[in-house]
Amino acid sequence: MTMGADRTDDLRARVAAAAENGAPLAIRGGGTKDFFGGPITGEPLEMSGHRGILAYRPTELVLTARAGTPLAEIEAVLARSGQYLPFEPPRFASAGSASDSTNKGACAPGGTLGGAVASGLSGPRRPYAGAVRDYLLGVTVLTGRAEILRFGGEVVKNVAGYDLFRPMAGAMGSLGVLLDVSLKVLPVPPARRSFAFALDGGAAILAANRIAGRPLPVTGAVHDGGRLILRLEGSAAALDKALPLLEEMAGPAMPMDDDGAFWTAIRDHTHPFFAGDAPLWRLSVAPAAAPLPWHGPQMVDWGGAQRWLRGEADVGEMRRMAMAAGGHATLFRGPDRARAFQPPAPAVAALNGRLRAAFDPAGIFNRGRLGEV
Amino acid sequence: MAGDLRALVRALRRALPEESVLSGKDDLKPYECDGLAAYRALPGAVCLPRTRDEVAAVLRLCHQADIPVVARGAGTGLSGGALPLAGGVLLSLARLNRILEIDPLNRVARVEPGVRNLAVSEAAARHGLFYAPDPSSQVACTIGGNVAENSGGVHCLKYGLTVHNLLGLTVLDAAGEVMEIGTGALDSPGLDLLALMTGSEGLLGVVVEARLRLLPRPDRVRVLLAAFASVEAAGDAVGRIIAAGIVPAGLELMDSLAIQAAEAFVHAGYPLDAAAILLCELDGAPAEIAETEERVGAVLHAAGATHIHSAEEPAERARLWAGRKAAFPAVGRLSPDYYCMDGTIPRFRLPEVLAEIARLSERYGLAVANVFHAGDGNLHPLILYDAGRPGDLERAEAFGRDILALCVAVGGVITGEHGVGVEKLDSMCAQFGPSELAQFHAVKAACDPSGLLNPGKAVPTLHRCAEFGAMHVHAGTLPFPELERF
Ligand SMILES: Cc1cc2nc3c(=O)[nH]c(=O)nc-3n(C[C@H](O)[C@H](O)[C@H](O)COP(=O)(O)OP(=O)(O)OC[C@H]3O[C@@H](n4cnc5c(N)ncnc54)[C@H](O)[C@@H]3O)c2cc1C
Repeated sequence: MTMGADRTDDLRARVAAAAENGAPLAIRGGGTKDFFGGPITGEPLEMSGHRGILAYRPTELVLTARAGTPLAEIEAVLARSGQYLPFEPPRFASAGSASDSTNKGACAPGGTLGGAVASGLSGPRRPYAGAVRDYLLGVTVLTGRAEILRFGGEVVKNVAGYDLFRPMAGAMGSLGVLLDVSLKVLPVPPARRSFAFALDGGAAILAANRIAGRPLPVTGAVHDGGRLILRLEGSAAALDKALPLLEEMAGPAMPMDDDGAFWTAIRDHTHPFFAGDAPLWRLSVAPAAAPLPWHGPQMVDWGGAQRWLRGEADVGEMRRMAMAAGGHATLFRGPDRARAFQPPAPAVAALNGRLRAAFDPAGIFNRGRLGEV
Repeated sequence: MAGDLRALVRALRRALPEESVLSGKDDLKPYECDGLAAYRALPGAVCLPRTRDEVAAVLRLCHQADIPVVARGAGTGLSGGALPLAGGVLLSLARLNRILEIDPLNRVARVEPGVRNLAVSEAAARHGLFYAPDPSSQVACTIGGNVAENSGGVHCLKYGLTVHNLLGLTVLDAAGEVMEIGTGALDSPGLDLLALMTGSEGLLGVVVEARLRLLPRPDRVRVLLAAFASVEAAGDAVGRIIAAGIVPAGLELMDSLAIQAAEAFVHAGYPLDAAAILLCELDGAPAEIAETEERVGAVLHAAGATHIHSAEEPAERARLWAGRKAAFPAVGRLSPDYYCMDGTIPRFRLPEVLAEIARLSERYGLAVANVFHAGDGNLHPLILYDAGRPGDLERAEAFGRDILALCVAVGGVITGEHGVGVEKLDSMCAQFGPSELAQFHAVKAACDPSGLLNPGKAVPTLHRCAEFGAMHVHAGTLPFPELERF
C-alpha cells in the first residue's frame, strides 16, 4: 500500500546462519529504545529496511504492516482516515542512526512498529483504553528455527490455538523476529480537553481512582508534583457535562491548552521531568497505592498505576517498594542494565525460560534483553 | 494410559472429604458431556474439591499416578473442552465459588474459578461497577471456564474479551505447583503469561483464582432495534456503522428463523415480518447517547432499515436482550438438535458469507438460524438437525466444517470464542500449517511437560492433519474458489 520493501528472505537467511552457529542477534528497529532493558549483545539485525503497510481498510479498523515501518508513517496514514492507535506508543528520540548507513533515511525518529510492539510500552491512555497487547490481533514471526509462523489474524475475536501473538508484546524480541503485525485501530475521539487541579500526590491518586470508578470520559491522569492533570476525550457534549462532576471530586479545574503537547511530552519523555542523566525508575503498581516513600522527583501517570522516580537508589530497595505497592520496578534508564527488569517469581521465571526455548532453542535472540528470566 | 485408576481413586478418597470424589456410574453420568452433547464419555472419577489445597492435592495425586485430568467449570462450553477422558479424572472447580474480594478503589474483583460470571457484576453493582465480558450463558458459566475459553459476550465490541479484562491469575500446573501470574499492577515482568493462559482450554494450567478488572457502569444505555428486508442488508449496515466511526457497546444480528424462535420463546417484541434485525446498544453520558443515536439512526436508514425502535427503559431493554440471550435454546425448540458454529470473519465479508451459508444450507438440506455478534464479525450459525435421523449428525458436521473453511477462505478464523475443544480439531488443520501446530505443541510441552492436562484437545496432532488433508484437499483446489482472497 505504501512504499515498502520486503526483507523477509535476508532476515531469514541471517537467522538461519545465526541459529546454526549459536551466534546471538540483537534485533533492532529504529534504535530509539537501545537504552531500554538488559544489555544488548550480538550482531545487530536491522529491521528498518523491512517496511511498508500491507493492508489497511479503515472500515475494518485493522491495519497490518511490516515491523520496520516507522510508527510516524503508520500514525500519519491512520490520521488521514480519522483513526489512531489508542494505546499511544511512545516515540522516543533517536539515539543515533542505525549502523547500516543505507538505512539512515529510513531510521525515522520515534521508532518502528515492531519496536513499539516488542517493548510493550503504552502511553497515558493505557489504563483507560488498554495496552499494546490489547490492540494486537496477529503477528508473523521468524523463530529461532528460522521458521516463519503466523499467529492470530486480522479479526478481533480469535481463540483458534494458544494465544501466541499477544505474548509478543513486551517480549523484547526474545521469542523471535516480528516480521509483520496486525493491530486493531479506532476512530479518533471527536473532542479533547485537559484540566489541572491543585492537589498533592495522595489526594491526586485518590481522586484519579475515584474518578476512574465513575463513567466519565477520562483518558489520562497525571500528577506532576503539584497538580493532577486530567485529559477528557469523547463527544463535546459529554465533556461539557463531565466537568462539574470532576470538580465535585477533585476541586476547581483550571483549563489547559489543548494542543495535546502536554500529553505528547509525557508519552515521549520530552517533559522536563525526564531530562538529565539521573537514573529513571518506572514502578508499575496498584493504581490506588498510597504515594511511594521517595524523596526525589516523582511523576505519577496512568491514574496512579505508573510512577516515575528519578535518582540513585538500590535496585533491591526499589523492587521491594514496588512489591509493597502491589507491583514491580524497572530501571528504565540507568547504568545497571543487567538488572533493568525485576525477575518474576522462580516458578514463573522458569516457565519464561522454557517458553523462550520453545521459540528459540539456541537462544540467539536478544540474549539478556528481557533480563534474568 | 499408564496409571492405575482404582489405586488413584483410593488415594483421592484419603486426600479429600468422602463426598468430594465420585466414581459410581450413576454419579459420573452428569459429567459425561459439556454443552456439546454430541460427544460423550464417562470419566474414571470426578473430583469436587472445595479449596485450592484440595485442587493441588488432586493434581499431585493424578500426576503421581500418571492419569490425565480434565478441568470443568459449569460445563456450558460448546466445543467439548470439558469432555471427560475415559479412564481420566474430571476435576470440577464448581465448588470453589467464593468472591474473595471486591476492591472498589482499584476496581478489581478477586474470585475463585467456580464463581458464575453474572455473580461478579452482581457483587460489584453496589459500587457502581461491573465485569464487562458477558457471555449469553452468564447465569451459569464460570470465570474459570471464561478464562479457559477467552469468552466474549454481547458487549465485547466495546469492552473487550476476557483477556482484556483480566489482571491476574493463580494457576496450578499438572503437578499441583502454584504460579502467580500478573501482579496488582497493570503489567508484570517477563513474558505475558496472562495472555497465554487465557483461551488455553485447560491444557496449560488449572486456574484457581482470577483477578478481574471492573469498569464503571455507564450512566445511560439505549438499545436500538432495526428491522431489515434482507440478511445481507443487515450485514451491510453493520459495516456502515463501524465505518462511520461509531463503536456501539453491542451490535448483534438475528435472522428470521432466529427471530421467530426467540419471539415464540420469550416474546421479546421482535418484528416477525423482518428478514433480519440488528440490536445496537449505545451507552455513555446522556448527551453523548443522544448525539450517537441520531448518527446511528441515519446510517441504519441509509442502509435500508425498514423500521427502527429505540428502547431506554430498563425493562424494555432487558426484554429486547432477553430474546437475543435466549436465542440458542429458543432455536433448540425448533428442532430435535442444533449445532452451533463460531467462526469470525472480517466484517466487510458479512453479506457474501451469509449468502454462501444460505446456499450451503440448501445443498445440505439442513436449516440454519443465524444469531451472532455482528459487530465483531463473529458468526454463530445454528445448524438444525435430528440426531435420530441416520446420517443427519454427519451431514451437520460436514456442513459446519464447510462454514469454518469458508471463514478461513475469507481471511477469518475457525473459532471466535467457543474454542477448539474436540470439535474443531480437523478445522484447525485448515487454519494452521504444520509449523504453527508444532509450535503449539512445543508451548504445551513447556507449560505441561507431563502432558496430563486435558490431553488431545485444542491442537490436533500433525498426523491427524496429514490424514485430514489427504481426505479434504483435492489436488490444487482451494475450498470456495469463487471467493476473492486477500
Ligand atoms: C446457551 C449458551 C450460550 C453461550 N454464549 C456464549 C457467548 O455469548 N460467548 C462465549 O464466549 N461463550 C458462550 N457460550 C459458551 C460457554 O458458555 C463458554 O465457553 C464458557 O466460558 C464456559 O464456561 P464453563 O464454566 O461452562 O466451562 P466448561 O464448559 O466447564 O469448560 C470449558 C473449558 O474450560 C476449561 N476449564 C474450566 N474451568 C477451568 C479452570 N478453572 N482452569 C482451567 N481450565 C478450566 C475446561 O477444561 C474446558 O476446556 C455459550 C454456551 C451456551 C450453552
